[in-house]
Amino acid sequence: MSSQTPPTPASPSATDTGALRVTRLLLPIVVLAVGTLAWELVVRLNNIPPYVLPGPLAVLRTLVADWPVLSQSLLTTLLTTLEGFIAATVGGIGLALLFNQSKWLEYSLFPYAVILQVTPVIAIAPLLLIYLPQQTAVIVCAWIVGFFPVLSNTTLGLNSVDRNLAGLFQLYGASRMQTLRLLKLPSALPYILGGLRIAGGLSLIGAVVAEIAAGTAGAGSGLAYRIAESGYRLNIPRMFAALLLLSVAGIVIYGLLALISHLVLRRWHESALGKEN
Amino acid sequence: MAEPASLTDTDTDTAIAGLAVSLRGVTKVYDNGVVALGPLELSVRKGEFVALLGPSGCGKSTALRLIAGLAAPTSGTLHLSHRQGETRLGRTIGFVFQEPTLMPWTSVKENVRLPLTLARAPAAEADARVNEALTRVGLSEFADSYPRELSGGMKMRVSLARALVTDPDILLMDEPFAALDEITRFRLNNDLLALWRNLKKTVVFVTHSVFESVYLSQRVIVMTSRPGRIGAEIPIDAPEPRGEDFRTSAEYAQLCRKVSAALAPSYSGQSAL
Repeated sequence: MSSQTPPTPASPSATDTGALRVTRLLLPIVVLAVGTLAWELVVRLNNIPPYVLPGPLAVLRTLVADWPVLSQSLLTTLLTTLEGFIAATVGGIGLALLFNQSKWLEYSLFPYAVILQVTPVIAIAPLLLIYLPQQTAVIVCAWIVGFFPVLSNTTLGLNSVDRNLAGLFQLYGASRMQTLRLLKLPSALPYILGGLRIAGGLSLIGAVVAEIAAGTAGAGSGLAYRIAESGYRLNIPRMFAALLLLSVAGIVIYGLLALISHLVLRRWHESALGKEN
Repeated sequence: MAEPASLTDTDTDTAIAGLAVSLRGVTKVYDNGVVALGPLELSVRKGEFVALLGPSGCGKSTALRLIAGLAAPTSGTLHLSHRQGETRLGRTIGFVFQEPTLMPWTSVKENVRLPLTLARAPAAEADARVNEALTRVGLSEFADSYPRELSGGMKMRVSLARALVTDPDILLMDEPFAALDEITRFRLNNDLLALWRNLKKTVVFVTHSVFESVYLSQRVIVMTSRPGRIGAEIPIDAPEPRGEDFRTSAEYAQLCRKVSAALAPSYSGQSAL
């Protein structure tokens, strides 16, 4: 063999991955900037009145000007979402644990959990508003859409216990509670956290749907209610501002839950480990 | 359904005195009617190292699970010796699975501690036992590591430490080193032999490696498949302690040939299917 050895490149991997990371952060920001700029230009060049389509600057101005009203509504919606989310978490995990302990209970109730999930919540909300006080109805809506992913993920997790580990617990005479606490729940944790991540966003959707449905009754004060109200008043910039806040709230909720999941699992679970491991 | 199997824990029966494990006419029939095992007659003396050797699916793992009480025999009787005046901590059996079977969400220390945690052992005593078990397998520095940070061989050592932590009389091992590379397996073979010499446990070691069975055990029991029965018993009376010299000796090679020959009918039988 008489081929020449090619010159070895000075280890490019470190700088490459760094540059890639910056690019991945930068690209969506560039898209946002270009999109916003185009939007503003279209509105200005065509002299579109704000009650048809406000430009992004007008939306921002409204956001600042209406902040006292909007922040109050944001708080209301976030509180509802949080309550719905907590109810979904407790309900989903609790039901999954019950189902895991008793097959009879699972066979009896699981079909209804599915029915509750596949029936569009927007169709259930008006009914709930008839029978429940408005605030309760809104939370129930958030719960209905949020609990199912928690329930099904937790069930999946509880059933994914390593067979040999289960045998080991049996060999050492573990009680039901010990098996649940030391084996089943930790095994199910990554699945539960995955379910919570979905439930967080869905709770917000549930809260918004219920507020919209209640909005016509005129008693609400959440962000979705503001959107509906502003729509009737042709206050389009405020609609956009409220929508922007809802969007940001959704992103923050998802980010927070993803962060919690990462922090809890980072020492042991594949999903939270770096790719090089 | 045949008569139910019984499990007694007395040493008073003179017929089984001196035996750690005794299986009489034990069978296992699965729900679909497949006879997995037996009837099986097996006696293991206290302190003996016995290898169960056979092809995959010959029921050797099933036999081990029956001894451990992880499955119930369809018929026959099964006796395990039991230490007199045993405390809650002193469990009869330690089990090592084919995979390390560690809990990935907790540290090495907590994994080894599991049997004691489940037995609600006092914390101070549990700490001492965990440290001792980890020292025995040479992993005391890794007590706070997580399983994923360890190599395959080290994970298996953790699994072994967990089986030893309750100081059981009988160690049941289900192809524990099958997934390891040869170099690591040889090292663990030597470590296991050293542990056995020091601790004087009864070991039932399931393997599908002729070489491993001859190297480790005092008696190789060759099993045939469908249903799993004992095909041959070959005593390995090589002198103790065994080491790398034994692995390269002519005596070892000859014993391996003998065991291989005894194993031959069980796989020629399979090819006839």
